[in-house]
Amino acid sequence: MAANFKNPVIRWIDHRLPVFSYLHHEANEYPTPKNLSYWWNFGSLAGFMLLVMIVSGIFLAMQYTPHVDHAFNSVERIMRDVNYGWLLRYIHMNGASMFFIVVYIHIFRGLYYGSYKAPRELLWQIGVVILLLMMATAFMGYVLPWGQMSFWGATVITNLFSAIPWVGDSIVTLLWGGFSVDNPTLNRFFSLHYLLPFVILGVVMLHVVALHRFGSNNPIGIDTKGPQDTIPFHPYYTVKDLFGLGVFLIFYAYWVFYAPVTLGDPVNFVPANPLSTPEHIVPEWYFLPFYAILRSIPDKLMGVIAMFAAIAVLFILPWLDRSPVRSGAYRPAFKLFFWMLVFDCAILTICGKHAPDWIWSPFSFSIAPDTGQAGISIISMGQLATTYYFAYFLVILPLLSIFEKTKPVPLSISRPVLGAGGAHASIAQAPQQMEKF
Amino acid sequence: MSAGSLVLKGVTALVGITAVLFVAATPHHGVHVEKESWSFQGFFGKFDKAQLQRGFQVYNEVCAACHSLDLVHYRNLTEIGLTEAQVKEVAAAVTVVDAMPDENGDPVERPGLPSDPFKAPFANEQAARASNNGALPPDLSLIARSRAGAGFGAHEGADYLHGLLTGYQEPPAGFELADGMQYNEGFLGFQIAMPNPLSDGGVTYADGTEATVDQQARDVSAFLTWAGEPNYENRIYTGMKAMLFLIVFTLIAYAVKRRVWAKIH
Repeated sequence: MAANFKNPVIRWIDHRLPVFSYLHHEANEYPTPKNLSYWWNFGSLAGFMLLVMIVSGIFLAMQYTPHVDHAFNSVERIMRDVNYGWLLRYIHMNGASMFFIVVYIHIFRGLYYGSYKAPRELLWQIGVVILLLMMATAFMGYVLPWGQMSFWGATVITNLFSAIPWVGDSIVTLLWGGFSVDNPTLNRFFSLHYLLPFVILGVVMLHVVALHRFGSNNPIGIDTKGPQDTIPFHPYYTVKDLFGLGVFLIFYAYWVFYAPVTLGDPVNFVPANPLSTPEHIVPEWYFLPFYAILRSIPDKLMGVIAMFAAIAVLFILPWLDRSPVRSGAYRPAFKLFFWMLVFDCAILTICGKHAPDWIWSPFSFSIAPDTGQAGISIISMGQLATTYYFAYFLVILPLLSIFEKTKPVPLSISRPVLGAGGAHASIAQAPQQMEKF
Repeated sequence: MSAGSLVLKGVTALVGITAVLFVAATPHHGVHVEKESWSFQGFFGKFDKAQLQRGFQVYNEVCAACHSLDLVHYRNLTEIGLTEAQVKEVAAAVTVVDAMPDENGDPVERPGLPSDPFKAPFANEQAARASNNGALPPDLSLIARSRAGAGFGAHEGADYLHGLLTGYQEPPAGFELADGMQYNEGFLGFQIAMPNPLSDGGVTYADGTEATVDQQARDVSAFLTWAGEPNYENRIYTGMKAMLFLIVFTLIAYAVKRRVWAKIH
């Protein structure tokens, strides 16, 4: 297995510090299922986005001033006077959205193909930790330009912690570094916004280590049975990832160059003003589903609990879905509920965006203040969608595990599900091979 | 297979329709904004420099009486086609207090320089409110961007500003205007503290363009769009080069992928 390096210097180093052998083993010959679809591109894209965010962020930090009197103008100076500062900033602010798009697709791919199931439970949970860290980082990053939505978003979100009994107010004071969102808040958020990406990088490494323990899941969802089922990561998946990266970069570049502020809120072009509250305070789009869940519960503490539970439920997902079949491709009922979950998250996003008392009239293309028009209020819609979100994980998946009649699963990646001849006929009954602990 | 996949396709279609409904249903300030046509719209948009200069003239002669433009420097005016000599002249027309006091520590007044930011009409917020019936005229540096709605282009802010500046009307019967307020159909709530700033022939354009209210509103909206993002044209142009590169890169990557994977059955 040890690689034979031609370069004597590399050989000399590798003999003493086997980094090159390690890289060769983990990134070059790493055996990968040969049937991965393009949905498997999003893991490497997420890694790419993390690096883009770190690099662009480091350069932005060289020009940014974390002080309430200067933050807004220092960002505008980056936009106007720093050479290609506008490009750096647009890459970074749209990069946050791209990172979330990629990661959400990555998560839904995992949900569909059962990538959270044994033996990949820890891999999945580490991924959920990464999502949480990303959310914290993105939230604090959004505060830094110190626009109106930065300030009021920070005020609303930090205030949520005051719902915690006994210690809530102390936690909020600690987050703020004072008695309101002010300069100390901005300073600590900047410090943490710089720190957390490196924490994410560390956790991503754990994610990759856990991934390489059993290798990637695949669209069929059965384990690789031998060399006939796998191909080396390089060049097959490096080149496939490279092509995927190209497609993704075209999409990313569209936002950066042609619609750089569309994903953000225009109100953030107004400097923060503690004396004037914007009409609607809404988080960035990638937080909207969670914001909708928060607002669906009338009680503040219960709302906060529900919001965090929406993520927490992902931690125990491997034990909620007990179906022995991994891939959704062989689970007809699961498939339906899965796509309804995707649909549900789209609904939650819409509900998080708009004022709770507005009326959504899907057939007249309008979400508007209540003037007695036909439709459903945003808050009721959000409550329905929240109910489905939790029902999917806590009720539907456990029940499906018991009652669902799954379709026959192929014997291996290299062989079709049922051969035309009788030779393979018996495999339909072959139980899905899965390690159980 | 058939029933299940039908339902599946139905649900998938619903997801798509929801996305469309979401975009289509996004409200825009609660006021109706008329879409105008701008030279800087689209993938190959460019500012009309003559228009920007006219817009600057409107800002300078009308808006600047109350509104600051803090983030723009006089030197930036070369980007809308003024010569360096013209910029010096514009800057020298104001008197500024230098950041550096003289050797006795007394403030030094001097004519403005191209490196100075636009001089604000009022020394501070209190002075601005005192002169404006208690209302604060906002800084205009980012006014186009902060009013841009949730749309896809730089022209959204210009549409809004044009609508506002041409939106002054007699209030409809029964509409109660607060003291010192004007009725404006382009403003949220329809009551605005700013008196109608533009009038036909209110400025005299050097290039002979007829200075109707609509023309002035159009020109100053374009100017403020530029002021909100002076790098706008550079962004569009760089985007074109980046896109060309990325498309070629992706096609090559696809060809390489095809070739490498041809060995796998």
